[in-house]
Amino acid sequence: MSTTTVTESPAGTRGPGPAAPRTSPVAEGRIGLRANVRHIGALARRNALQIKQDPESMFDAVLMPIIFILLFVYVFGGAIAGKGNNDAYVNYVTPGLMAMMGMNIAMAVGVGINDDFKKGVMDRFRTMPIARSSVLIAKIVVEVGRMLIATAILLGMGFLLGLEIHTSVLHLLAAIGLSMVFGASLMWIFILLGLTMKTAQAVQGVAMLVLMPLQFGSSIFAPPTSMPGWLETFTDYNPLSNLADAARNLINGGPVAHSVWMTLGWAALITVVTAPLAVAKFRRKT
Amino acid sequence: MGDMTRSHTNAVEVRGLVKHFGDTKAVDGVDLDVREGTVLGVLGPNGAGKTTLVRCLSTLLVPDAGTATVAGYDVVRQPRRLRRTIGLTGQYASVDEKLSGWENLYMIGRLLDLSRKDARRRADEMLERFSLTEAAKRPAMNYSGGMRRRLDLAASMIGQPAVLYLDEPTTGLDPRTRNEVWDEVQRMVAEGATVLLTTQYMEEAEQLASELTVIDRGKVIAKGGVDELKAKVGGRTLKVRPTDPGQLPAMAAALRETGLDGVAGSTVVPDEGVLYVPILTDEQLTAVVGLLGARGFGIAHIGTHLPSLDEVFLAITGQKTADSELSDAITEEVAA
Repeated sequence: MSTTTVTESPAGTRGPGPAAPRTSPVAEGRIGLRANVRHIGALARRNALQIKQDPESMFDAVLMPIIFILLFVYVFGGAIAGKGNNDAYVNYVTPGLMAMMGMNIAMAVGVGINDDFKKGVMDRFRTMPIARSSVLIAKIVVEVGRMLIATAILLGMGFLLGLEIHTSVLHLLAAIGLSMVFGASLMWIFILLGLTMKTAQAVQGVAMLVLMPLQFGSSIFAPPTSMPGWLETFTDYNPLSNLADAARNLINGGPVAHSVWMTLGWAALITVVTAPLAVAKFRRKT
Repeated sequence: MGDMTRSHTNAVEVRGLVKHFGDTKAVDGVDLDVREGTVLGVLGPNGAGKTTLVRCLSTLLVPDAGTATVAGYDVVRQPRRLRRTIGLTGQYASVDEKLSGWENLYMIGRLLDLSRKDARRRADEMLERFSLTEAAKRPAMNYSGGMRRRLDLAASMIGQPAVLYLDEPTTGLDPRTRNEVWDEVQRMVAEGATVLLTTQYMEEAEQLASELTVIDRGKVIAKGGVDELKAKVGGRTLKVRPTDPGQLPAMAAALRETGLDGVAGSTVVPDEGVLYVPILTDEQLTAVVGLLGARGFGIAHIGTHLPSLDEVFLAITGQKTADSELSDAITEEVAA
């Protein structure tokens, strides 16, 4: 522990105990990839333990899919698909709801992050030799896990209500994967919002304003062909429509190339624009 | 201390540090040094800029002007390396409340690149050392204030930092818990830690620090060894409450007649019904008490106390701290 390396402090280490924690000497004190993955792992463990300590925080991920699928299949299903066609509507709306789950979980990230980042422990993270982005990425890792649970419950309910996979398990997994990728990109937007706005209520207000038109002006609940022309055009470019169409065609069979690429394009665009902004915001926040 | 040795022995060097928040100059040109292996106490009232100073030195804030190096690393240009050498314990515990004590320490160990095994062992060791083993598995939110502060110290010590910042480590703690924290800090210092301690309490500074820097409104108003400063502010003060407040002037006059050292600085505070006498030596204290008894003054209460922050400020600057200017009772100098 007394070897002199580039990262060692000139003042030296001291005291008894095990070797002082040091990474391999990296130029400029930059954090290597392996160390970065380790840090994200340790921070994700923190987020997961918080959920364990506060199981109520899983209510939304567990109950939302159940309530939404029951609501849409039984309350609106008959009206949209015709009375008695609720079963057929399950196959239409379940893939759409997969897209909606991602959106809602992502919104919850933005609402909660403000409180989380006001805590003293964030100061500690910011004074530690870790990449500051790892705090945010760890959050996203755990939230994607929550999203996966919500999606599993949604699909389980769907199967109970008569959902049938017309393609293959691989197609289903592809649909799940796609909604995870898109959901993760949305989280960056909401993290950015959460870090920018002062209160959780403000985040929720703005999020609702954006969410409502995006969710309902999409192909999630009803085929856009039944909508006026201008709205139909809007849904064509609405990423939630793209994701819903992609998931729907992956599960029910149909052309997927366009909607899958559109979804991936949106996810990439959103991430490239908002992730660096969110990290910069987090870095500056004191 | 010459400039030649300074660069080798100072763990922290701050020169002309400035940090503004809008029009407020929270830190306004601060110079200070912390010699390696010593404790520097930064003494100042609320709003003096202590926390802003610590946040600048721990890379949480970027200073507007001036320079600061910690363990030889510049706070602005080498923040990543600097973070490897510091530990920070703030006024508000910076641990995750929802996690248990053990999980908090294990997480910090992993973030400091310890192997799983080492992180586990280190977490156990630190819990043992800070007497938290029994509470290891409980969420930190169920800890008492003192336990939380100890966990915070443990978390700051996991990486064996070369320099430790303690930002008002005992503010809001009861006296017993405060003593526990002091014991721990003294132990760390005995093991060779360099500490920058901010505090509002003269007593705390005297207990822990070897050198003091007094700041007010972002500026350094005094610095020196604890003994030097104590000599300046007069060290202990004797507080006497006579049975009859009407005797206060007579008591003060009787003392001045003796010509004993320091008694000329005696102060009568009619509102409190007490007489304050600066105490320079034990002999002088004995003489003062003996004299008051011999002259037959009735005494209801008597005691010595260390100067409060206000008294320190009064002695150094001739003014009270900004905080207390309005609220304090008027203190009358004994007629000179």
